[in-house]
Amino acid sequence: MNTQKKGLRDRLRGLPVVHQLRQSVGLQRAMLVVGLVITGVFILTAIFAPLLAPYGYAQIRDDNGTFGAQQEPNAKHLLGTTVGGFDVLSRVIWGTQTALLVMIVAVVLSIFLGVLLGLVSGYVGGWLDRVLVVIADAVYAFPSLLLAIIAAIAISGGQSSFWGGILAAALSITVVFIPQYLRVIRAETVRIKAEAYVESAKVVGASSARIMFRHVFRNATRSLPLILTLNTSEAVLTLAGLGFLGFGIEPTSAAEWGYDLSKATSDVTSGIWWTAVFPGAAIVLVVLGITLVGESLNDLADPRLRTRRKAGSGPALTAETTSVAGGSLDDLVPLSGLEGKS
Amino acid sequence: MTSVLNIENLKVTFATDAGDVPAVKDVSLTVAPGEVVAIVGESGSGKSVTAKTILGLLPETAVARGAVILGANNVIELSGARLRAVRGTDVAMVFQEPSTALNPVYTVGWQIAEGLRAHGKYTKKQARAKAIEILGKVGIPDPKSRVDYYPHQFSGGQKQRVVIAMALVLEPGLIVADEPTTALDVTVQAEILDLLRRVRDEFGTAILLITHNMGVVADLADRVVVMYQGDVVEQAAVADLFARPKDPYTQKLLASVPRLGTGAARAADRASVRSSAAVEPVVVAKNLEIEYPGLLGQRGFRAVNGVSFSISPGEVLGLVGESGSGKTTIGRAIGGLTRITGGSLEVLGHEMLGIREKTFKPVRGQIGFVFQDPASSFNPLLTIAQAVAEPLIVHKRAGDAASARTRVDELLEAVQLPKAFADRYPHELSGGQRQRASLARALALEPSLLIADEPTSALDVSVQAKVLELFSEIQREFGFAALFISHDLAVVDMLADRIGVLYHGELVEEGTGAEVLGAPKHPYTQRLLASLPVPDPSEQADRREALRLLKESD
Repeated sequence: MNTQKKGLRDRLRGLPVVHQLRQSVGLQRAMLVVGLVITGVFILTAIFAPLLAPYGYAQIRDDNGTFGAQQEPNAKHLLGTTVGGFDVLSRVIWGTQTALLVMIVAVVLSIFLGVLLGLVSGYVGGWLDRVLVVIADAVYAFPSLLLAIIAAIAISGGQSSFWGGILAAALSITVVFIPQYLRVIRAETVRIKAEAYVESAKVVGASSARIMFRHVFRNATRSLPLILTLNTSEAVLTLAGLGFLGFGIEPTSAAEWGYDLSKATSDVTSGIWWTAVFPGAAIVLVVLGITLVGESLNDLADPRLRTRRKAGSGPALTAETTSVAGGSLDDLVPLSGLEGKS
Repeated sequence: MTSVLNIENLKVTFATDAGDVPAVKDVSLTVAPGEVVAIVGESGSGKSVTAKTILGLLPETAVARGAVILGANNVIELSGARLRAVRGTDVAMVFQEPSTALNPVYTVGWQIAEGLRAHGKYTKKQARAKAIEILGKVGIPDPKSRVDYYPHQFSGGQKQRVVIAMALVLEPGLIVADEPTTALDVTVQAEILDLLRRVRDEFGTAILLITHNMGVVADLADRVVVMYQGDVVEQAAVADLFARPKDPYTQKLLASVPRLGTGAARAADRASVRSSAAVEPVVVAKNLEIEYPGLLGQRGFRAVNGVSFSISPGEVLGLVGESGSGKTTIGRAIGGLTRITGGSLEVLGHEMLGIREKTFKPVRGQIGFVFQDPASSFNPLLTIAQAVAEPLIVHKRAGDAASARTRVDELLEAVQLPKAFADRYPHELSGGQRQRASLARALALEPSLLIADEPTSALDVSVQAKVLELFSEIQREFGFAALFISHDLAVVDMLADRIGVLYHGELVEEGTGAEVLGAPKHPYTQRLLASLPVPDPSEQADRREALRLLKESD
């Protein structure tokens, strides 16, 4: 029983983010914690949006009649109402759901295709590699928002439903992200291809597919969590950009912060601040939270950037353990000097 | 105070993820003016950390306690401008890898002048004159024009000379040389050691030599400090240490150093056991040529040129040569990793010229390969058991790693690794243990040919001795033929039945160990043999003299 509990705790400690959290100290820890809290609140809000939001995202009237446009924050509408007569608080809360869905769909789609293409491109090399890299470079050359607009028009065809809007936004972001994953995985693959363990698999006679997926794939994906977090925050920004320019989701299909912001631009000059500030703050907070997590993970993954407790200050852990990149040796039986004896 | 350096009770602790790790526990030593003191020890013994403390080069994560008295200063307490004033004038450093110690975008003259500019007023002309003078003194031919050369225009040995010139230019009382010859070939190493000796004699500079090579110690040092796991275990004059080592660790270390001339008897034993009947050789190379393609419009680089040899079943052929001699390329060609471009290479009855991967694949099961670097030859995400089972799975002798487990356990037992290691990951094993596991993986399919590419060059001496012993035991037991590639003549001598010497892609000499090492015919083999420092100070002095005579006669 006790050992079972301990085993579970050890496994929990080994989980990606938990491990980094335990590893961090000082400012880096504070950044990571703040990022995790913001991201956590964001995800929880998205999940419980139906319970949290006082009204629906497309609701403009209740039993007492219409809400009225551009109402100041009051007891009934805590954050006021928009020019279209929507409740701002409800729109902000429902917006988390849209943002989260777009993030998940965009990242899942781009990660699978990007990683596969990167792996094949890097390992096979030759003309296939050249063609794929040229295409990726060409995509890079376009401003990403322009590309996303074109993709959004092509995918939605001007129609707007909830899933249609989300898929259009997500796919247009995917187009921009695939080259990034391709580049990163390809670079790793090219490096790993020259490692002795890949050559050793070749000498044994393993097939290319086996080498690619058993030996290269898992080793090449180590830096992926970092790009992933940074890309999700970029996805939120691209979605907001699309919405702001009017290529996103219609207000009756889903709540979307970018759309609300664009409708609020005329309000700002007439002293109506609440329609712009709250959706804007939501965007900033989500991006900030995810970026903080991503940057902290990035710094913690690099032993040169990682700050440590100063030697001799903490509890004297003068163990005979060696330091191991990417893991702790805590749960190991100490290696007795096997080479020295006999 | 007569010593240039006085270290008292030095302790260095590193902060790591796994808590504090003491690198140096309690080290005290002194260096007198004009004295060469060698610190020897295996990796992790704290010798490099001690050297870096002297220059105040420790990383931020390290905390040093004790005293490092250099002239009138305690280096540990210095920082900023005062530390910079000490560096270069009182103490200078010669680094291990000359190609990374020099900045590739500046001329060597500029880099030598950099030290001068940091410590006083020199006009451009003066600095240049000084740089030319010092380059001449360290034996760079035609220093007047070569002062304007960039680092890539020098060979490895010359680069190390330039690094030594940079260290010397401010005439420091002490030079710390951290493995100054480890990255160099044996013949170049002998020249650099000569230069360091001359530096001591002409400039009166004391040298603190950090090395793991007992031959280098015997050649250069006056006094030896032996370190083990952060502690000094023995300090003695060089002749005393080699003749009468007191500490058990020193005795073990000295016993592990491979010596020339021990292999002939073993080879004779093995030859008598092997049947003399004419059998089909496992590998036959005839005028083998391997060319690496050049850039567009340029000629390719010919790594191997007209090499012929053969390996009979059960025979160990040792290939020796310096870096760039083509020895690794030949090994890779036999293993089917590099394509040959001319001549003929027959491996287990298959002609390798223009062979298709499909035809060769079944043959791969009969070839084992042990790689040089044990750190990178294992997939970091597979356990040792899974890695050793890989060949069995690929050749369909087992369905998955679990069903191959009994065979894996047998193999690990054969290479003397405890069964418990099977479930560990590669980074949890030491270098020697990993090389054993590598051997187990190579033996998994009971190959009739094993290619070992410098299998022990990344290991410490005492570990190397164990692995070599294991290798020869297993070779006797399994009876495979082997190609053993190494840059170390003594190592090859221990294992090989026959030795081939490669020089610039050509096989200049081939024969039994007694023939090649006892009576070398080719001048290059003679030079190689004479350059190899032996771990015995008085014998080494004789050999140095012999090498000098050999060079004069050229």
